[in-house]
Amino acid sequence: MNKPAVFPQSGPAKGGPGGTPLSDKIFRWLAIGAAALAGLLTIAFFLQLAWHSYPAFREFGPGFLCSTQWDTAEQKFGAAFAIYGTLVTTAIALLIAVPAAFLTALFLVEIAPPLLSRVFGCALDLLAAIPSVIYGMWGLFVFVPFMQTHVQPFLSDTLGLSVIPLFDGPMTGFGFLTAGLVLALMSLPFMSAIMRDVFRMVPAVVKESAYGTGATTWEVARDVTMRYGMQGLLGAVFLGLGRAVGETMAVLFIIGNSEVISLSLYDSGATIASVLANKFAEAEGLAKSSLFALGLILLCITFAIQIFGQLWLRKIRKNSGGGL
Amino acid sequence: MTTDSPIDEQVKISVRHLNFYYGNHQALFDNNIEIYRNRVTAVIGPSGCGKSTHLRIYNRIYQLYRDQRAEGEIRIDGQNILDPSMDLLELRRKVGMIFQKPTPFPMSVFDNIAYGLKLHYKLRRSEIADRVEESLRGAALWDEVKDKLRKPGTALSGGQQQRLCIARAIAIRPEVLLMDEPTSAIDPIGTSKVEDLIGELKKEFTIVIVTHNMQQAARVSDYTGFFYKGVIVEYGKTSELFTKPKQKKTEDYITGRFG
Repeated sequence: MNKPAVFPQSGPAKGGPGGTPLSDKIFRWLAIGAAALAGLLTIAFFLQLAWHSYPAFREFGPGFLCSTQWDTAEQKFGAAFAIYGTLVTTAIALLIAVPAAFLTALFLVEIAPPLLSRVFGCALDLLAAIPSVIYGMWGLFVFVPFMQTHVQPFLSDTLGLSVIPLFDGPMTGFGFLTAGLVLALMSLPFMSAIMRDVFRMVPAVVKESAYGTGATTWEVARDVTMRYGMQGLLGAVFLGLGRAVGETMAVLFIIGNSEVISLSLYDSGATIASVLANKFAEAEGLAKSSLFALGLILLCITFAIQIFGQLWLRKIRKNSGGGL
Repeated sequence: MTTDSPIDEQVKISVRHLNFYYGNHQALFDNNIEIYRNRVTAVIGPSGCGKSTHLRIYNRIYQLYRDQRAEGEIRIDGQNILDPSMDLLELRRKVGMIFQKPTPFPMSVFDNIAYGLKLHYKLRRSEIADRVEESLRGAALWDEVKDKLRKPGTALSGGQQQRLCIARAIAIRPEVLLMDEPTSAIDPIGTSKVEDLIGELKKEFTIVIVTHNMQQAARVSDYTGFFYKGVIVEYGKTSELFTKPKQKKTEDYITGRFG
């Protein structure tokens, strides 16, 4: 990752060949350098991960993605369980955090009296500042027991959801559902803080004209504010998504860390990030290479999310032609 | 300072002892005025005189803001709309509003109009399409956008956007149209189209227009009210107010001595 030379040539003090002042040229090259650095770093990450994961892919082939085995004794490794765990916990987190963040932001901007809005806003910012390991500890000592004694029995027995395989299984408190919920809680403050800013940026006159058409607060939020700020709202969702996909410490504490794929959300599992954190210290040889391969997969998932997000955004922008 | 109702006019809106406050600051003082059916009433006055504030009470849009409150009485067809039990959604169906800047919603031209319709009426798809066309024709915009109905509303020119907002407002068949400096953000050609349109629209609606442009008030309105520092200084037929103002203050303003 060599940075391109920042200073091209020591040109004349003022007014280079193109008539641009030297300061402009320096600025230009600094900007190019900074942008190039970001690109080069990304490529380097990919190359590095690909290089180190090559032995694993050579050994297991595409089957690496489908196998759930993680057996150090037999030297057989597969990524499917970790990918599954990552997708399931992220999905649970988003399913809960996106609507919750949307409603929170809506409350803060449109409904709450100013004082209350400020207090709640501060509380949200504080929540966002809590290190993830604290969420993990809290999850382990408070939330897991709570899930075990209250939430899981309520879902399965009181609501009778245990007829669905998702909610049928040993109620240990650990597992996908608990991890997903904690992830939701962790991404909530970020998402609602950004959504709050998005709502605030929608010009008052646009909202007024929607109210003036006879829309209710909810209709204005859903049909006008939300569409107007779609780009920002999606940005918030993707930030939350990024946090949920890559979150390591909190998940490590509460997901149970077992290499299985199970339909039951009550079962223990693992995510890519939790496997990496859990196993890197003692891994070597093929196991280590397999972990690098997992890292590469995580990076690819993140990239796919970004690209999908951008494409979707472009489509929305073309159709509604609006907004921020 | 209202004049007695002219014999040949029907009162649509009757404002009595209206006071308005932004927090502790009083912005309107004992406004009394009668707005006549199927007439264009212009509200003029220097910036900050309270003309927009006055207009924004008619559909109670000011209520979006916590610290604003109105006292007094505004009767539309005899019903006091400041009554706390007034159904705001029904009020806003009856009293449409056009704002200083065109405010197309972030959706297609068609949906911009269909949106308001769907809020208030249960209609079949074909009926919606008919009403959209009817409204766009009513706003003198149909010929310009009939091939662009699926394009975003924001893709139109400023003047077209403002007529789109007018189409959106008339689609829900209001009785009163409030226009808050509707041409202040659009170019002269767009302005003259909107002004022509106002002349057409008064056949069906009662129009109240706030404008800082006295020529515009003279061109489009039948009645004019002159506001100064939150007080209605003079109100009467536009032709008379501009040629034979009764108040010194009005004369000073319309002759350009201040404002």
